[in-house]
Amino acid sequence: MKPDHQIITDIIHEGAHVLDLGCGNGELLSLLRRHKKALVQGIELDEEQMHTCVENGLTVLQGDIESGLADYPDQSFDYVILNQIMQEIKKADYVIQESLRLGHKVIVGFPNFAHLSARWTLFFSGKTPINEALPYYWFETPNIRFLTISDFIDYCKKKNIHIEQRYYLGKKGRISFLPNLFAQNAIFVLTK
Amino acid sequence: MDITKKIEQLKKDSLGVIHTQYFTFAEPPHPLQLKSGRSIGPVTIAYETYGKLNAAKSNAILVCHALSGDAHAAGISADDKTPGWWDGLIGPGKALDTHQYFVICSNVIGGCKGSTGPSSINPETGKPYALDFPMITIADMVEAQRHLIDFFGIEKLLCVIGGSMGGMQTLQWASAYPDRVLSAIPIATALKHSPQQIAFNEVIRQSIMADPAWRKGFYYEHGQPENGLAVARMIGHITFMSDQSMEEKFSRRLKNDNLSFEFTDDFEVEGYLRYRGYNFVKRFDANSYLYITKALDYFDLSGAHFIPDVKITSVRFLIISFKTDWLYPSYQSQEIVRVLKRKHAFTTYFDLISTYGHDAFLIEIDDESRLIKNFLANLHQP
Repeated sequence: MKPDHQIITDIIHEGAHVLDLGCGNGELLSLLRRHKKALVQGIELDEEQMHTCVENGLTVLQGDIESGLADYPDQSFDYVILNQIMQEIKKADYVIQESLRLGHKVIVGFPNFAHLSARWTLFFSGKTPINEALPYYWFETPNIRFLTISDFIDYCKKKNIHIEQRYYLGKKGRISFLPNLFAQNAIFVLTK
Repeated sequence: MDITKKIEQLKKDSLGVIHTQYFTFAEPPHPLQLKSGRSIGPVTIAYETYGKLNAAKSNAILVCHALSGDAHAAGISADDKTPGWWDGLIGPGKALDTHQYFVICSNVIGGCKGSTGPSSINPETGKPYALDFPMITIADMVEAQRHLIDFFGIEKLLCVIGGSMGGMQTLQWASAYPDRVLSAIPIATALKHSPQQIAFNEVIRQSIMADPAWRKGFYYEHGQPENGLAVARMIGHITFMSDQSMEEKFSRRLKNDNLSFEFTDDFEVEGYLRYRGYNFVKRFDANSYLYITKALDYFDLSGAHFIPDVKITSVRFLIISFKTDWLYPSYQSQEIVRVLKRKHAFTTYFDLISTYGHDAFLIEIDDESRLIKNFLANLHQP
């Protein structure tokens, strides 16, 4: 299991109702259903990825993340997941706020742009960093924004969003020392 | 391929020859109560079945047809040797796999393909009902189907599926009988007819009624209002296609090499519409077209009408629309999704790519099949 999927699977309780925004081929949702008997709903744009979801018996709606959230009533889900999608969303603040409205808890996972290797590349080679968490050249990346762990914590403070749990992932698993420098990925559990 | 070879090929991957069957109910003194307040009886339903009903009666799928469809959804008709209208989707190993499922398709009431409709004989007069036939709604069609499902002793349908008007019946089933439907697949459809859709239907009806041969509906002794019905169907065909599919199919190609400078069918598209229109006259009753278009216009499951009194629905939905369908545009399917979100229903929705417009649900079989097959295969999962 991918380390971020392992962490998210551990967070989610048995039988939870889960909405995964940008669920891709449904890999994470399948894990949650298998290991936690979660009732899962995905939203995805890519048709081929959606077909894979349906092949695996997942319920998935075709749509972009921003436009479909307003229709859900408050607190429709136990968890709303935004894993590895934050950097691709246009209206990030709106999506997080909406997710907090329709889920009891929101799980946000994203690559940390301030990771040591990224800083190193930018500082010494003067080029856009490419690493395991950020594997794209500038001309092919789907990412429209780059954020760091410190940026995200600042954002939560500013918006009065409570960070319930935080997980930092280095190259070889979880870390806690200087995360904004050494973590490639971060996962936050948010509540209002 | 000549017709005999074509039939041979169809026989191989198809169900073979299928006989339409008939079920009659609502005999006096227990007529079928209709939404209009009127009632009708006895009522006959023409239907076909494919595959075998299992002992638990848990593998039944009801297929609902569109405006001009009929009970002959799959296999080769014993009557006229034609393949069913959804033969690509129903059969051994196909999306609605007849090795696994018991598939039922019935002609709607108000229709003219074996089920009771305006061209049927009114037992009170011994003549066709014509306009004495009561107005029929989508809910009435479903109510009649419910009698057929009861006749089979099926407590819960594994799935109800249909496109266009068939999609409306599917929604009506899920709404009226949420406990009797495990899953629903409404395709290229809507919770209600928009003013544009009603407008097209009104032009369709007016073209029939403007034909003097219509005789206020009582034409059965004299023959169909052929011109009016043909024009009505031509309008329909324009709305079933897309700008792109018409461009690909006809462009501005001429039937003959030169413009005639007369009011004749110069363009291939004109010839096509005329052909379709006049062919339709041979196989469809003009009054049925009036009644069924009215049923479409009356349909409204929007807002609180859909699955009323149920906050959380357990019916599993697969909703499909097609990007070039401008008769039942994708936003109408998305409206169904929106209502289902409020009902906390776990829903799958696809907006499929196709150039065929509304016709896509009958033609764009590959993507549709893949989705439906996988959706049905996973229904046992929580």
